[in-house]
Amino acid sequence: MLENIRLSLQGILSHKVRSILTMLGIIIGIAAIIAIVSTIKGTNEQIKNNLIGSGNNAVDVQLYQGEYPYEFDYQSIPDGVPVVSDSTQEAIVQLDQVVSASFYRMRSYCENVYYGNTAYGGAMYGIDEAYFDTAGYQIQQGRGFTAKEYCDNRKVVILDNTAVKSLFSSEDPIGATIDINGEPFTIVGIVVETDPFEPVINSEEDYWTYMGNSAGRMFIPGQSWPIAYQFDEPENCLAKAVDTDSMPSVGKQVADLMNASVMSSDTDSDLQIQYQSQDLLGQAKSLQDLSASTNTMLIWIASISLLVGGIGVMNIMLVSVTERTREIGLKKALGAKKKRILGQFLTEAAVLTSIGGIIGVLIGIGLAQLISRIASVAVAISSVSIVISVVFSMAVGIIFGLIPSIKAANLNPIDALRYE
Amino acid sequence: MVIELHDICKSYLQGKEPIPVLHHIELTVEEGEYLAIMGPSGSGKSTLMNIIGLLDQQTSGLYRFDGQEMSKCSDNQLSSIRNQKIGFVFQNFNLLPRQSVLENVSLPLLYGGVRKKERLERAREILTKVGLEDRISFKPTQLSGGQKQRVAIARAMVSHPRLLLADEPTGALDTRSGEQVMDLFQQLNQEGVTIVMITHEKEIAQHARRIVTIRDGRLEQGGFSGTEPEQEVDAS
Repeated sequence: MLENIRLSLQGILSHKVRSILTMLGIIIGIAAIIAIVSTIKGTNEQIKNNLIGSGNNAVDVQLYQGEYPYEFDYQSIPDGVPVVSDSTQEAIVQLDQVVSASFYRMRSYCENVYYGNTAYGGAMYGIDEAYFDTAGYQIQQGRGFTAKEYCDNRKVVILDNTAVKSLFSSEDPIGATIDINGEPFTIVGIVVETDPFEPVINSEEDYWTYMGNSAGRMFIPGQSWPIAYQFDEPENCLAKAVDTDSMPSVGKQVADLMNASVMSSDTDSDLQIQYQSQDLLGQAKSLQDLSASTNTMLIWIASISLLVGGIGVMNIMLVSVTERTREIGLKKALGAKKKRILGQFLTEAAVLTSIGGIIGVLIGIGLAQLISRIASVAVAISSVSIVISVVFSMAVGIIFGLIPSIKAANLNPIDALRYE
Repeated sequence: MVIELHDICKSYLQGKEPIPVLHHIELTVEEGEYLAIMGPSGSGKSTLMNIIGLLDQQTSGLYRFDGQEMSKCSDNQLSSIRNQKIGFVFQNFNLLPRQSVLENVSLPLLYGGVRKKERLERAREILTKVGLEDRISFKPTQLSGGQKQRVAIARAMVSHPRLLLADEPTGALDTRSGEQVMDLFQQLNQEGVTIVMITHEKEIAQHARRIVTIRDGRLEQGGFSGTEPEQEVDAS
């Protein structure tokens, strides 16, 4: 076997131009497939990352009515939905796949928040002590809430940078007072995301898909929520999962625990109020499927080029068998059995196409990088697809080398020796 | 005895017509003999040679090699016998041009399933014997005709076969190289190797100890150049 491979390499090297031309079909086919697969994988990972963020793995479980998040701004507090009890909170934190969990109140768009005459149009959060860690924020300026502020109904507020920009031009926001529903709150700090994540935006569609909330965030202690909003509204849960893949299961478990105490009177599915996790992975999956279907077609087209390449290999192998008729005859005269001649030519075809496959993989990787530069599409090269490509091209060699090899093995030694 | 041909006929099909090439050949070759088969081109001597060398099969008749009936052997068995018991030397050497002298010579051992280390050792040994030990890493294209033929003889003898079949071994060589090849044959024969050689040159045939002539597919006469007279049957 090793001897056969060595001889094949020798043969291939002694006909460099011919070998390259023979491999061309395989090279192009494999290169195209690697480039396409890398682009698909890159795009998929990009979609997933855009939706999930960079490795924070936090699952948001919110109150939904029917298919939409429940809006406290326009609706009154729903019947039968209590504040999440201490024991439920405890049970959620104890879940195996949960690293930490935070319970918060939220309005995605709040009115009646002013700094001087400037109105704020972002989101308002009423948070507990675990929130900043779980959501991945750190204090950039000023300070965080103290333990006392968290439980003592203090009128303090923390802003993120977007909120600061929308309200302040040049003055120092720390210590300034803003007006929330007529109550003065003092700004104590400014937070930023620990691991700032910018979704990759390639189109307007991407913008609407990924840039959900860019009008800024304000945080007040959860206990102070009734000061501004009169009631202890039901809370959402932000749970940090141990890894990205366990996010859907964490979301489901948390939602189940929280729904246990919900007694919604509406059985109509459009009006039913219950906690749901945002199924980011599911969302990613459906977006990925959309992009994958077009690319599957491209892979089929590239496979045709592999088929053509295979036929090219068969053609050249047939020529090579004819050319080497004398050699085959001599080898048979010297006692080489059919099996050995067959093995020699099959090995040669397989080595030839494997080399073509490897060159194709290299060119494909280069092509993928080029695409990512030019079209600013993310690419991810998967080692699995590389291995499959090389094995597949080897198989192409064996399949299409079979007919020429059988022809060689069945040559009659005297005819072969006499061949000029 | 090594070879026993009894009533061998061979014909080829040309279209639907069978063209007879060999007629009722009777020939025995004893262990240790040195036989030359002479004949003009087209006389059927190469066909006879191919049958003796197990490269071709007779249309009818009996062929025993080493006491074994050959027409019953499978393709694989014939390959093994060729590999183990017969060495071939051709007019045009038939060396593989891209492989070194050493690799060419060790080829039959590869097919015989000999380990690489032993293969190279034995090939080197036999190349020393034919006087080419300093050429082992050369490619055949870098050698003269005489040297090529000596490589081919080394290849034929590397697995120590009992029979050496030579088809016009000096046909492509000048007189001096031809003589060297003949000296080598002489030496091998003295060591006990049976040699059957095809030639159309009388001077070359004279090196053999017995000469038979073939004409139009019939063995015509037995001539002896050696010392031991042998019964030769001429069938017609």
